Amino acid sequence: MTTPAVEVDALTVHYDDVLALDDVTLRLAPGRVCGLIGMNGAGKSTLMKAVLGAVRPDRGTVRLHGLTPARARRSNVVGYMPQSEAVDWDFPLSVRDVVMTGRYGHLGFTRRPGRRDRDAVDAALDRVGLADLADRQIGRLSGGQRKRTFLARGIAQEARVLLLDEPFAGVDTTSEATITRLLRELAGDGVTVLVSTHDLQALPELADEAVLLRRRVLRHGPPAEVLAPETLALAFGLEESAGAGGALRQAQGAGVGSAAQAPPQRAEPVEARAPGALRQAQGVEVGDQGAGVGEAHDDRGVR
Amino acid sequence: MIEWLVEPFTFGFMQTALASTLVASVTCAVLSCWLVLIGWSLMGDAVSHAVLPGVVLAYVVGAPFALGALVFGVLAVVLIGVVRDTGRVKEDASIGIVFTTLFALGLVLVSVTPSQTDLTHIIFGNLLGVSPADLVQIVVLGAVVLVVLLLKRRDLVLYAFDRVHAHAIGLDVRLLSALLLGLLALTCVVALQAVGVVLVVAMLIIPGATAHLLTERFTRMLVLAPALAAACGVLGLYLSYHLDTTPGPMVVLAQGAVFAVVYLASPRNGLVGRRLAAARRRRRLASV
Repeated sequence: MTTPAVEVDALTVHYDDVLALDDVTLRLAPGRVCGLIGMNGAGKSTLMKAVLGAVRPDRGTVRLHGLTPARARRSNVVGYMPQSEAVDWDFPLSVRDVVMTGRYGHLGFTRRPGRRDRDAVDAALDRVGLADLADRQIGRLSGGQRKRTFLARGIAQEARVLLLDEPFAGVDTTSEATITRLLRELAGDGVTVLVSTHDLQALPELADEAVLLRRRVLRHGPPAEVLAPETLALAFGLEESAGAGGALRQAQGAGVGSAAQAPPQRAEPVEARAPGALRQAQGVEVGDQGAGVGEAHDDRGVR
Repeated sequence: MIEWLVEPFTFGFMQTALASTLVASVTCAVLSCWLVLIGWSLMGDAVSHAVLPGVVLAYVVGAPFALGALVFGVLAVVLIGVVRDTGRVKEDASIGIVFTTLFALGLVLVSVTPSQTDLTHIIFGNLLGVSPADLVQIVVLGAVVLVVLLLKRRDLVLYAFDRVHAHAIGLDVRLLSALLLGLLALTCVVALQAVGVVLVVAMLIIPGATAHLLTERFTRMLVLAPALAAACGVLGLYLSYHLDTTPGPMVVLAQGAVFAVVYLASPRNGLVGRRLAAARRRRRLASV
């Protein structure tokens, strides 16, 4: 059997007294796209930061292509795309500057880029379709262009494992399709992609497999299986007895979800099975404040 | 007019004052580019005040000022972290508690140390009393800080912009943070003689903030901030000579005035520019 690209074993993480991840075990084979879903505060960001080694686990281990997180970081195995809220968009850097920071792990003491690095940056910018905007300040980009900038950084880095935190948040449907296509292409090249998302309808198209997280791994399998209504009800804390019918009624009360924005034809496979649970799930997510504790503490991870 | 420009610098003490102002302004201005982007202005304030007891103790035992400043700068940062991480006390409060206490300790030490006149200069600066030996120390420390900042500028920018990515590609984020704070403490020593502990923070914030209003490229900030600061240094000294006012605060006043002008008039981010753009948009909408 080949070495897994990502191997998380019995991982438990606390922020102060709050349990963020509880005994999480997860294996991803190389070249797979894995969608990470769950409520705010379910531990999605924490799991990514733990894989990076940016938060210290209480228990458990992480291996990336067989390497410890520290060795993996030094050998440029892992790339990371932050959530938009974590980025200072007024920062005086151009798109090209940001993508170039992907090369720093390959560079010497002063990080002075060479010919190869400039070529890698140009190629990455071409690939994500931002070559024309390379010299624009990052704050002057649309939501989708911002995400593509950070994706280009991961490409320029030549990372073998990409961790993307909410790459579809605040992104229009065209950009979402572009990013999805790029991630599929990268997976074809052998890159392993772990991507957290709230867009459940688009999941089957994006991901080979999905992980449903609620501090623990509730389900890990093909997207269709993970998105089954009874599974979702479990994840989003609904009464199981309410079932799909009850969920539907509740959903109409709380139905703020982004379901309405997605093109209906793409939503069908899932919608047909779980209209209520799905929409309610998203309603809960928008409304739920209390569960966000884990994520609110996330930026303490690296200091 | 020419006499107005030339006369002040026929005096030796004014030449020394000019040299130390330029070195201090440029060093502080370059560092300020990072401080304002990371959001460490208050940290700059804290460290610059907290070095006072270290400098006084160094004076008492005859050690270099830089050493005392470094020890107390680091101590301040550690204490701030400890107070903040025990919960309840928020970061701004913990900064406020730690640096005012250390500053007060410094003032107490000044009051009980013989030869008080020398030490009050540390608090308010004494540009006209800079000795040749002082100038050598200022130049050497300033050069060290500038060389390190410029050699590691890309790592430090990445640290300021995206720590998680810096961590992910194997950079030592804690080390970078410690490096920047150490350089901050040394820079405070460079600027002590020029403007004093109380006003160092102005030179550590204003040039970077002004430059950020003028450009969207970090590399240009790194040129603009020290250029503006140097110009303000010269302007401040001229004004102080001819108006017979105290020089250090005059330099800071010049920096504040330049910031005000840029804040109002900068084409993209200035108050006037933004108002005009908004008015143009409204007119365009009205004419449709």
